[in-house]
This record gives sequence, structure tokens and C-alpha cells, in this order.
Amino acid sequence: MDVLAFYAFAAIAVIASLLVIGQGNPMHSVMLLIVSFGALAGLYVLLDAPFTAVTQIIVYAGAIMVLFLFVVMLLNVPREEPAPPGVSTLLGPTGMRIGAVLSLLLAGEMLWALGRIGIGWFSQGVTAASVSSVALIGSGIFTRHAFAFEATSVLILVAMLGAVVLARREHF
Amino acid sequence: MVPLNYYLVLSGLLFAIGTAGVFLRRNLITVLLSIEIMLNAVNLTFVAVGRYRGSVDGQIITFFVMTVAAAEAAVGLALIIALFRHRETLNPDAFTALKW
Amino acid sequence: MLNWLPPPEIIAQLGLIFVIFNMLVLSAAFMVWMERKVCAYIQDRSGPNRVGFEGVLQPFADVIKLLFKEQLKPKAADTVLFAIAPIVSTAAAFAAFSVVPFGTETTLFGLLDRPIPLEITDVNVAVLVIFAITSMGIYGIVLAGWSSNSKYSLLGGLRSSAQMISYELSYGLAMAAVIMMAGSLSLREIVTNQSGYWLGFIPRWYILLQPLGFFIYLTAGVAETNRAPFDFPEAEQELVAGYHTEYSSMSFAMFFLAEYVNMVTVSAVATSLYLGGWLGPFLPDWLGWIWFLVKVFLILFFYVWMRWTLPRYRYDQLMEFGWKWLLPLAVLNLFVTAAVVLLVG
Repeated sequence: MDVLAFYAFAAIAVIASLLVIGQGNPMHSVMLLIVSFGALAGLYVLLDAPFTAVTQIIVYAGAIMVLFLFVVMLLNVPREEPAPPGVSTLLGPTGMRIGAVLSLLLAGEMLWALGRIGIGWFSQGVTAASVSSVALIGSGIFTRHAFAFEATSVLILVAMLGAVVLARREHF
Repeated sequence: MVPLNYYLVLSGLLFAIGTAGVFLRRNLITVLLSIEIMLNAVNLTFVAVGRYRGSVDGQIITFFVMTVAAAEAAVGLALIIALFRHRETLNPDAFTALKW
Repeated sequence: MLNWLPPPEIIAQLGLIFVIFNMLVLSAAFMVWMERKVCAYIQDRSGPNRVGFEGVLQPFADVIKLLFKEQLKPKAADTVLFAIAPIVSTAAAFAAFSVVPFGTETTLFGLLDRPIPLEITDVNVAVLVIFAITSMGIYGIVLAGWSSNSKYSLLGGLRSSAQMISYELSYGLAMAAVIMMAGSLSLREIVTNQSGYWLGFIPRWYILLQPLGFFIYLTAGVAETNRAPFDFPEAEQELVAGYHTEYSSMSFAMFFLAEYVNMVTVSAVATSLYLGGWLGPFLPDWLGWIWFLVKVFLILFFYVWMRWTLPRYRYDQLMEFGWKWLLPLAVLNLFVTAAVVLLVG
């Protein structure tokens, strides 16, 4: 039963990601990526991590993707345009085909390598309750990883300031 | 029970798809979306291995990865807006010269 | 003979889901009627009184009329997104209600062996689930605004979604203060923490401990559901009809269904967080859902009353209020709650 659910969510995630990079309209790409994030949230629930699943929806699908959507609507992004003249031939259709073959090789290598790892079932004595409690996550963040937490808050502040300054229209 | 291999294989596949998107697509927004796919694949690995070892540290690290992804998406999109205002195109090949 | 049927708990659970779904749809119909009647009495007229006794069947007449209208689509609209937008809005509105508890356990008058709790499900991160699904509801509006390919829709959609994501912050911070006091993210546990009385007659509801939090939550909730006085994006006088200008017939009806069900969800969550859910003085425990309905009805009446009494905020005033006044107040509320919880323990 769990394996069926895993296959379903995994298929949705992979197909949606392939369509994100494969099809032309950027608006549709953004919506397909949201579908892929939803499938990943389902996988997190299967992994007994409901807090991470909900955080994924709130932060990724609910905030970052809205930002992408706003920018796509603001810029009225067209489908892909042809390359400007004077650019090398490796960036045309031949380049795309070579690149696709290389990506398939990369995927094949990684799948072969990961499939040969001998890990099967979970370690001894690991239960769902040891990872699904929000209290444990909270105490972990604020004690063991407190420095990372503080550094991340400074990072977000700097990113906010940077985004505001970079996107400002020049006043003449 | 789903073995850990399955999650690692899925994560590797998603990472490869994201990498292909970054290198092959000629539209800056789609490049940023592919970077998000790669970051999500890494998140999945963290949560899966965390569950395998019975430790919450996996989920805590995903928390930080998501925050970093948000910051990077914000700054990246601001850069794209500034670039678009200058050249009216989103093809990265238009920005090959060092001259602004 | 009957052993091909699933076990009775599953049938009871499915029946409960069916009942809750129908109650939500009927509550949206009831809200249509209540809004028109209350609006009429505030404006010193009598409202619908032809269809059924005192106009009770008016919403059903409206639905039948809308079903017969022609479904239009602008020629340059993005077909897939135009069709998906009302579905996303409505699905998010209904899904958010799935973790709201509205009563203690019941055995359906002794038909079941074990009692089932009166809710669809209860996860240990229930409050965050509601927050997440409300964030997904924004996409319905953004997609509707963009895919209609019309100026009024686009402006209405962008303004509406910017307003919703701004007020989501205060919404979440007000909820965080209650979570801190209750020590749990599960709505059922938050409600059971509010049982009991001080001095024998004052109920231990969180609204008495967090009046500012209740005000912030309700204000942010009104802004989240795009209701007056924060309904500038739908203002008939300024933007034709905002993001649902180009929609007709059942798609339009689905946007309205989504808006009313969102209002019911915000009221239900406010009841669970601040007003003690299904707890009340005189009724026995298993009739608690009556108190729940009464409290939700009071908050919905307050919603309607506000719409027809207060003038509308201008868009920049709305955003300024959300960022410069409500958000600092919510943060202050959170700090004070944290200090008190730490000191009192």
C-alpha cells in the first residue's frame, strides 16, 4: 500500500519536472512545478514528516512560486526566443540533442550507482514517533542548530534588501 | 515499507532533470525553476536519510535549505527584472558581452 | 450476506465526510440568503420575500438561474488556466475544512462499537495544514486574473493576491500566539485545553486571554477572504468585478461558493482557537456541535454586518494597514504571550 502511494507520487513528481523543463510556456512551467512540489509534499508525509510536508507547501508552493508567478506576469515572458546572431552553433538544436543525450547518461549513471547501495530497511529501533514530532524539531532548531537559525535570519534580511534595491526602477 | 534506495533513486532522477534544465533551457525563468527542482531533490534526500536513521536533523536541515532557496529565488528574480529592463529579452545568450 | 461491505467504521467515516461536504455547500447557500436579508434590513427594506417563506429558497433559485446561463470564454484567454482557476479556488476552500473538529466523539446513537470523533481527520500539524491550504487558494485568484487576458481581471487578480499574501503573515502570527499558549498544533487539543471554568462560571476560552490576538485574527481573516471593508479588488465601482469579470454561469458560482466556504472556514477556525469550539454551559457533551454552530453563526453574522456598515478601504490604505499596523501588533502580541508563558509556565 505504501509502495503504491510512493510510485504514484514519484511518477507525478518526475513527469511534472520533465514537463517543467520540456514545454515552452513559462506560466505553465510554474504551475507544473507547483504540482511537482505537491507530489513531494505527499512523499514527505509518507516519510512520517508531516511538518516538513506542510512547510514545503507553505514556503515553496505558497510563497516562492507566487513570487515567480508575479515576475512572469509582470514581465509578460514570451516563449523562448531564438538566439541573437553571432552566437555559436552549439546553442542551436544540435546542442540541445547532445545535451539531452548527456543528461540521460548522467541520470543512468546515478541510477546505476544508487541502485547498487545495499541499504534496505530502516535501522534497528527506528519508529515513526522519533521523527514526526514537531516539538523535537523545534528543540533541535533552537538548541543544536541555533547558529544556523540566526545566520539564516540575517541571510533573509540581506536578500530582502538586495531584492528591493536590484529591482528598483532608475530615476532620471 | 519503502526501502531507502527508492527515495535515493528518485532524488537522483529529479536532480538530473534539474541539471538538464539549467544547462539546456534558453529562458532565465526556466533556469531558476530548474534550480528549485535540484534543491527539492536534495531536500528529499535529507528527509529520507533522516527517517532511515531515526533522527530529526534531516528535517531541520530541509528547513534551512528551504529558507536559502527562498532568499536565492528572491534575489535571482530581482536580477532578472533588472536584466529584462535593460535588454528586453530573457535569453541568457544575449548577455554574453561584458559590456552592459 | 453483508460481509462484502466495508467495516462499519469506514462507512461511518465516509458518511461523516458526505455530511460535512453537504453542510458546507448548504451553509454557502444559507450565507447567500442571510447576506441579502441582513443587508436589506440594514438598508431599511425587506429583501427577498417571494421565493419560499421569507425568501429562504432564494439561493436555490439563484443557482438554477446561473445553471441556465451561457458559459463564455474570451477568445484570447489561456484555455487550461481559465478552466482550472475556479476549480483551484473551490478545492482549496473545501479542503481547508478537513481538519476542523466540531464535536466530541459520537457513537451514532449506539450503532458503532467504537466512537468516532466528529471531524474528517486530525493530524498533529492541523493548524499549519489550514494555513497551507489557504495559501494555495491564492492561486485560484491569480490564475483567474491572468488567464482572462483582460485589464480589469489582471489588475483585480494582482491586487487581490498581493493583499492576501500580506495579511497571511498577521494571520499566522495570531495563530502562533494561541499555539504557544496551548502547546500543541492540533485543533482538537487546543479546544480541549479551553475546557473548565475560572471561579466556577467564567469559561477558560482564549479570547479572554488574548483579546488583541482575536482582533488581529479576525481582521486578517476578513482580508484573506476578500470581504469588506477589504474587498477593493472586487469593488463593483472601481474594477467592474475584479478577477472574476470574465467568468459567467457556474464558474462564477464556484468563485462565490469558494468565497463563502472560506468565510465559514475562517469562522470555524476562529471558534476553535479563541471561542472554545464545541464547549458550552448547558448542553451535554455529545450535543456540543450545536454550540459550535451557534458560535460560527455569530461570527458569520458579524462578517455580514461589517460588510454593509463599513466603507471600503482604498488599496494603498489597505496595504499600509496590513504592513505597518497589523503586522507589528501581531508581533507584539506574540512577544507578550511568549513572555507570559515563560514566566507563568
